[in-house]
Amino acid sequence: MESIHACFRIEWSRFCLDVDLKLPLRGVTALFGPSGSGKTTLLRCIAGLERAPHGRLTVGGEIWQDGHHWVPTHKRPLGYIFQEASLFSHLTVLGNLHYGLRRISTAARVSVEHAIELLGISHLLDRKPDRLSGGERQRVAIARALAVNPRLLLMDEPLAALDLKRKQEILPYLDRLHDELKIPVLYVSHAPDEVARLADHLVVMETGRVLIDGPLAETLARLDLPIYLGEDIGTIIETTVSAVDNEWHLMRVDFQGGHLWARDSGILVGRRVRVRVLARDVSLADRLGHSSIQNVLNGIVDAIGDDEHPGLALVRVKVGEARLVARLTKRAASSLALQVGKEVWVQVKSVALLE
Amino acid sequence: MVLRCPAKLPKTRRNEHALNERDMLLSDSDLLALWLSFRLAGTVTLVLLLLGTPIAWWLARTRGWWKGPIGAVVALPLVLPPSVLGFYLLVAMGPNGPIGRLTQTLGLGLLPFTFWGLVAASVFYSLPFMVQPLQTAFEAIGDRPLEVAATLRASPIDAFFTVAVPLALPGFVTASILTFTHTVGEFGVVLMIGGNLAGITRVASVQIYDHVEALEYTQAHRLAAVMLIFSFLVLLAVYAWRPNPKKGT
Repeated sequence: MESIHACFRIEWSRFCLDVDLKLPLRGVTALFGPSGSGKTTLLRCIAGLERAPHGRLTVGGEIWQDGHHWVPTHKRPLGYIFQEASLFSHLTVLGNLHYGLRRISTAARVSVEHAIELLGISHLLDRKPDRLSGGERQRVAIARALAVNPRLLLMDEPLAALDLKRKQEILPYLDRLHDELKIPVLYVSHAPDEVARLADHLVVMETGRVLIDGPLAETLARLDLPIYLGEDIGTIIETTVSAVDNEWHLMRVDFQGGHLWARDSGILVGRRVRVRVLARDVSLADRLGHSSIQNVLNGIVDAIGDDEHPGLALVRVKVGEARLVARLTKRAASSLALQVGKEVWVQVKSVALLE
Repeated sequence: MVLRCPAKLPKTRRNEHALNERDMLLSDSDLLALWLSFRLAGTVTLVLLLLGTPIAWWLARTRGWWKGPIGAVVALPLVLPPSVLGFYLLVAMGPNGPIGRLTQTLGLGLLPFTFWGLVAASVFYSLPFMVQPLQTAFEAIGDRPLEVAATLRASPIDAFFTVAVPLALPGFVTASILTFTHTVGEFGVVLMIGGNLAGITRVASVQIYDHVEALEYTQAHRLAAVMLIFSFLVLLAVYAWRPNPKKGT
């Protein structure tokens, strides 16, 4: 029963939502799609902020909505983070944090200190929200949602209203949530980089329907997805830092089936780190030669698919347990005589460490 | 300026009485009229805070088709001649009117020409001055803070008192002051419903009318000046006390 089973049907004049989803009740699940795809509406239905007339929702076996039951939002053990921080402007930061805390049973109360520490807001507690920066406000909003000790955390594009600098300020805190929180998170986003960095499970939505739903690495490696990712198509690999080369300022990360070198970003040896490789940074060769590219892996062509442009192809290669996708011209694919099962050398021009 | 009880003075002696107190800024009957105006305005403001708040809340939140008609009815006193409103209220509160029958059945007697009749009429007449600023304030809050409150375990009523009311506080202040001053400045409805009974229904605006009718221009001037200064100061307070526009939170 450790899952969220959400089945909603809404028919508004300009928008329909029709989903029947079973989501894992652990880790971060990203609801991904273009604006208007219904991901926020789905999240609001799960929170009870929107009431789908034909809906059924069970969370860990507990019925939150069906034909006979409707649990109102304030009785659902969830935390919700809106796109804009939406702090109560008449209360201080501490007042905001205590608002929800005072309303839960004493038995369910956990120390709000942990949330304050986790989000790094201890120096802001006496301030009013209008004295905070955008990033600080959103951190307070996240801490406020955590203070009610939710069993499910819902995040609706928490970074979308922030500029790049503020995003960079918050992302490390979201990483910490990902690493330290034991509760499941549903994370709505239309930014591929956030999804690749934070999610464990991916749901892709379009016009109110679910297109694809599955574990992140597996789903990103699907070749029928790229239309929604464009330049951002790429795969992720879970790796472990195994060595640091101080002479060249490089760092080696290992995964089952090979290793990659990346710029040394100061991550300690032994730490797990998620690596993202974009399809446009991957090229294929049928023999080894001298090249400026340091990361060369041996793999087997797993699948070949079309890219958006008729001249381009996407080729998926299996390297050990990992999958990489290369974006090539169809002419290059033809001249290499690529076909499923063929052994190739994979050249990776750059990798991004998502930590 | 000791507040005696000039209401008990016979009507014929009023001019003589006023002459005796020529040296005072305001006569006792003027003060009584002012006191009655403020008592009426205070009572009406309190009643409307209780009555207007739920109406304003409903108007701000509903999406139903009733919003239009109810909003229009609330706004009617803004455009209706007070005599029209007063006439209908007088009929309704009279012995054969629906309100009159109700008050008689309840053992309250008839409302016209009593203080509480004035209160009832003024509640109708000042309704938009309470409801509209409140409605605007509630609409400005939007749905979001209430949704946030719900996700933080606050029931709708809890959220109303702990989020909506504090956030709409400037609206409450503005609405109360406008209601109070508007009721103080009322004339037509008072005359229709209350008549002109000293100490019971003769409020300041009616008192000025009386002074003018009796050619007591000095007294009229004094009382009118008091009303003018009072109204100006109150409005000054409303317009000066404007919290800074909220930055996005």
